[in-house]
Amino acid sequence: MDWLTRFPHMDDTTLTALKKSIDEGFRAFTRAYGDRIETFFDPLQYFLIQSERFMTGTPWPIILALIAGIAWFASRSWKIVAGTVITLLLIGFFGMWTDTMKTVSMIFVCTVLSIAIGIPIGILMSRSDRFQGIINPVLDVMQTMPSFVYLIPVVMLLGIGRVPGLIAVVIYAIPPIIRLTNLGIRLVDKDVLEAADAFGSSSWQRLKNVQMPLALPTIMAGINQTIMMALAMVVIASMIGVQGLGQPVLKAIANQYFTLGLFNGLAIVGIAIIFDRISQAYGKRLQKHLETVHA
Amino acid sequence: MLEEDKGTTGITIRNLYKIFGANPKAHIDAVRNGMTKAELNARHGHVLGLRDINIDMPAGHIQVVMGLSGSGKSTLIRHINRLIDPTAGEVLIDGADVVKMNAAELRAFRRHKTAMVFQKFALLPHRTVLENVVYGLEIQGVARAKQLEAARRWIARVGLEGFEDNYPNQLSGGMQQRVGLARALANDAPILLMDEAFSALDPLIRMDMQSVLLDLQKEIRKTVVFITHDLDEALRLGDRIAILRNGQIVQQGTGQDIVMKPADDYIASFVQHVNRGRVIVVEAIMKPGMHDKGAGLPLVPQGTILEHAARIMTERRIGALHVQDADGKPMGYVDMQSIIAAMVTPAGP
Repeated sequence: MDWLTRFPHMDDTTLTALKKSIDEGFRAFTRAYGDRIETFFDPLQYFLIQSERFMTGTPWPIILALIAGIAWFASRSWKIVAGTVITLLLIGFFGMWTDTMKTVSMIFVCTVLSIAIGIPIGILMSRSDRFQGIINPVLDVMQTMPSFVYLIPVVMLLGIGRVPGLIAVVIYAIPPIIRLTNLGIRLVDKDVLEAADAFGSSSWQRLKNVQMPLALPTIMAGINQTIMMALAMVVIASMIGVQGLGQPVLKAIANQYFTLGLFNGLAIVGIAIIFDRISQAYGKRLQKHLETVHA
Repeated sequence: MLEEDKGTTGITIRNLYKIFGANPKAHIDAVRNGMTKAELNARHGHVLGLRDINIDMPAGHIQVVMGLSGSGKSTLIRHINRLIDPTAGEVLIDGADVVKMNAAELRAFRRHKTAMVFQKFALLPHRTVLENVVYGLEIQGVARAKQLEAARRWIARVGLEGFEDNYPNQLSGGMQQRVGLARALANDAPILLMDEAFSALDPLIRMDMQSVLLDLQKEIRKTVVFITHDLDEALRLGDRIAILRNGQIVQQGTGQDIVMKPADDYIASFVQHVNRGRVIVVEAIMKPGMHDKGAGLPLVPQGTILEHAARIMTERRIGALHVQDADGKPMGYVDMQSIIAAMVTPAGP
């Protein structure tokens, strides 16, 4: 009755051999193509470095004014602008300005990349049920697979540094924008689409004039989620060499520096709230036309 | 007048069938051979949308298609610009069969030949009134200045001046449908498709919009296809009316034909509640020759409705009127007796 108490599994030597051959196969692949793949990601590396250089190299009052300006443009709310400025001043006062700017730069690049990749995929998904059927389980895996697991092959291929960190963050953060782009387009009122067809719209005109503008509030919610998830990855990404607020936290864990961890953690919370309020206020402003005013 | 250049595009529908389901082509022959809608649904799980539709819609006139919900009227109008593909049949416009057009031809056809007004307005909620009205012209690629010029003209024409920069949600239902109408008219297409365009509006506003349409039609002379479930609306607007039931046409003709000679009990039961005095015209019940009172009686033109004729008679305390044709030649006479007889609803079947 041994088979009842112990799960009958593949015998150990075969299992070891299987794992070993997959590992070796991947290692061989890395050796053969690693350099080429690294070159492929060079433009990203350049983008990351430029963005970081801008955020950390520009005098802080200019950056502060710039962020406040963006907050005003997006939200048109003095409260949000004031909250943003005060939070950033506090962060700076507690000596975390440079690390925060590195993190903001990283999040910015991640968000731009996620939008650039995610929205076209979301559009394709909304157009084909079959493509949706393929992509959905992939997104499920991306969201539930522990991030440490896919850090392994990324590090094997690209080593330690900004780009592998960026890829890990994007893998984790991109699903919401894909899903919500798809959903937003699918939820567009069928009557309005029929009207667009009746006037002879081409499928590009339909997308540009009807589907995208009407899906935009939903897509904005996706962008908001993507930013939040990217911030959640900051500490994990710092394990493979991404600089910013994550590294002090990592150091704090290793050495049990409670206050260091707390300060940097709070700084992450602070910029998360800033990003969230700004992007939500912008999303709400996009829906202004839906307010019923006639009486 | 405008009649010559605009009124040349009629619509001819020939042997049009529509079956909804997984494999409609497989059942078209059975339906042609007389399988009923109920049989088709029970045995094959397909729904018969339209059966053997033949209509000639004259250019420059209002053709009403009337039927209750589920009769297939909205399906029928969507075949004219092929928002729905037919299972079999032809839709001929300017000698071209819409059914056979490829994607590019169909787009061009929709852009230049047709414009549509929808029951639920279907305006673009994120665009202002002005930006909604330019939509058709924008799609056509017309120059921006021309788009705006046409849009402003039509917005003014439907009585929405001053609302150009409002969003649809800020307007009442009646005003939203005026935007829908302006958007369709700005397209300057010879065919105007109106799918229950006024059905979602309050009765008073609906009457108002009917007047707007009739008024406009005097100038624009488009071929209008108007779908409705309301017989009063059909009789008021329609130069010709086709009545649809269970996907088949049960009667076609002028409003007079339908009120005076309903083809079957179904139509008769509809017609029962109509105010006949406002529909029937004097020549429909006129007797030939002169009335025995002779030449002293007043003249009314042909096309006068009975209610109006009766009012003249009661005001003048006379019992008969002479009818004259468009050239002023006498055609015959009507008396109070026959007017009352025609206005009283015949005992229901």
